[in-house]
Amino acid sequence: MAAQIIPADETPGAREVGVIRFIDTLLASFERDRQAAYVAGLKQVEDAVKRLVPSASRFSELDEARQIEVLRSIETTDFFRLLRLHTIMGFFSNPQYGGNRDKAGWKLIGFEDAFVFQPPFGYYDGPEGQP
Amino acid sequence: MVRYRPSDPVDFLVIGAGAAGGVMAKELSTAGYRVVVLEQGPRLRERDFKHDEFGVVFQRALTNDPKRQPNTFRKLESETAKPAEAVLYGRMVGGGTAHFTANYWRFHEIDFMERSKWGPLAGTGFDDWPIRYAEMEPYYTKAEEDLGVSGMAGASPFDPPRSKPYPLPPLPVKSSGVLFERAARKLGLHPFPAPMAILSKPYRGRNACLHCGFCEGYGCEVGAKSSSMATVIPMAEKTGRCEIRPDSYVRKIEVDNAGRVTGAKYFEARGREVFQRARAVVVCCNGSETPRLLLLSKSNRFPNGLANSSGLVGKYLMFDSGSFCGGVFEHPLNDFKSVQVSRLLHDFYGADSQRGFYGGGGIDARFDLNPIAFGLSGLPLDAPQWGAEYKRMLREYFTRSMYLLSHSTTLPIEVNSISLDPDLKDAWGLPAMRVTFKNHPDDLKTMQFLLDRQMEILDAAGARRKWAYPVEEITQGVHLLGTCRMGDDPKRSVVDQFHRTHDVPNLFLVDGSSFVTSGRNQPTCTIQALAYRAADHLARAAKRGEV
Repeated sequence: MAAQIIPADETPGAREVGVIRFIDTLLASFERDRQAAYVAGLKQVEDAVKRLVPSASRFSELDEARQIEVLRSIETTDFFRLLRLHTIMGFFSNPQYGGNRDKAGWKLIGFEDAFVFQPPFGYYDGPEGQP
Repeated sequence: MVRYRPSDPVDFLVIGAGAAGGVMAKELSTAGYRVVVLEQGPRLRERDFKHDEFGVVFQRALTNDPKRQPNTFRKLESETAKPAEAVLYGRMVGGGTAHFTANYWRFHEIDFMERSKWGPLAGTGFDDWPIRYAEMEPYYTKAEEDLGVSGMAGASPFDPPRSKPYPLPPLPVKSSGVLFERAARKLGLHPFPAPMAILSKPYRGRNACLHCGFCEGYGCEVGAKSSSMATVIPMAEKTGRCEIRPDSYVRKIEVDNAGRVTGAKYFEARGREVFQRARAVVVCCNGSETPRLLLLSKSNRFPNGLANSSGLVGKYLMFDSGSFCGGVFEHPLNDFKSVQVSRLLHDFYGADSQRGFYGGGGIDARFDLNPIAFGLSGLPLDAPQWGAEYKRMLREYFTRSMYLLSHSTTLPIEVNSISLDPDLKDAWGLPAMRVTFKNHPDDLKTMQFLLDRQMEILDAAGARRKWAYPVEEITQGVHLLGTCRMGDDPKRSVVDQFHRTHDVPNLFLVDGSSFVTSGRNQPTCTIQALAYRAADHLARAAKRGEV
């Protein structure tokens, strides 16, 4: 599911940068109190899978289009919001927490972690950006 | 560092080591008094500060802990309050000044006397302050000089008079500031360099800003942010008369038979209760915890809570109102670099009866979304929020976006309040904080008015796409104001104009709780200027034996 929230294309998606491990670690440490929400939420997903594809029993068995369809059907639920939150956290948090492997999340969006910068910072405060 | 025995009464016990508490500690110890500062949070050092969005912001490393210090929230008194994260404040030595964005606006003259100019507003506690800007001016100047503030005097035609320029030149303009400034000028407005409590150059042995971009929500690892932790707290300790005692959670201020306070009981980190004696107590716990502590400090003599003969302790709570919109541009702004705000305007600061409602505010250009926050809420609300197109947009928008935020008036309303929850307890077994808050309709109209102006500025700036976040009633307060309001009349206020409680001669409340009106919701500069003024008067009163 995380791999559909931030999918791989020419750059890595959530699965490739370690978001699954990040969420596992999160639920065993900082957010142990969310385990029950995951258990209930995964059951909801399973139900949604069966509703859509009666022959299937697992989300991972579905092809991509069907997976997206399942997630659309639950995207306003608290569980999907939680999963999205954790996926985004794992994708963009400091790599020490297990996600954002090789800083791939930061590289995707152009965030630099030098933490010391000099002006000009961007195009419009630089020489080329002057009218 | 000096250590005082709890049984030995110090001259002043300061509760809370934040914006105001730090200033009180420094000024009173410098004036020769023996001071103990109790702070519920830890003593952190610059080396403890990390560029770690998950670990600092999402784990609440520097702020109150909603698990151990739960709040309940309701909009109206008729509702039962439900658990919610209703207030956010700094919980460490340095308080909110450690993690604040460092916007540092003085109040304008009008902020102290707006009721006289505008007239009454039915159903509100809209009122003048008992003091005027002219009395505050020397203390604003003192705060800027003592702490280190960067800005450009005279750059805004709406600025109040000042006796001295800012001690430091403005920080460099960012791309968001350049675009904002051009657009605002095109519209006939008056943008100016944002005054920031961040050092643009080295100052009094402290480092200049490295432009890392992690101000809002983070502690500054080089001490360039002018927090109390980086400035007045070390000065207080250097006097040899001030002890800072972190990890000390105060549960009650005690009184004697004469109705004077004698000190405070607090829990140490390991839970042991200690009673620190003092000749006078100065409460600087912010506009939410100060009234809560007074309400917790009930006694036979003060059955409705300490210093609460007016019944107004906790009332007239004001949260920070504002409206937010974003725009994306053709070229990268890279606005994740450097301080969050470099340009600002005050053209709509004043209230204008032509608009048909009361209110006003400032508008700044900023970027304050680190990668996780950007992923959660940085894109237009009608854009995909997950999936392939979402990912593509993250890549395009992160470096090319900027946001405009307004900071606007919140009217004081009596039922908006801090009180004790009748059921819920905190981790120390004390009644949890209950928050009742609902914006006045004019607050919302002001936010919408400013949002419309913000969107015009984004248009004039040439944004390829712009998006507004809808104006909503505020349900979480970060700037916590008004709950022990200042005034001359003991029936209609809690403290006098020098922050002495009307009911208890040796009890002082110095923080955002003293505010009569909200200003334009950038309160830190005024909280600290008030603290310098309060300390000045308090030290002189003590010398005369009048405490």
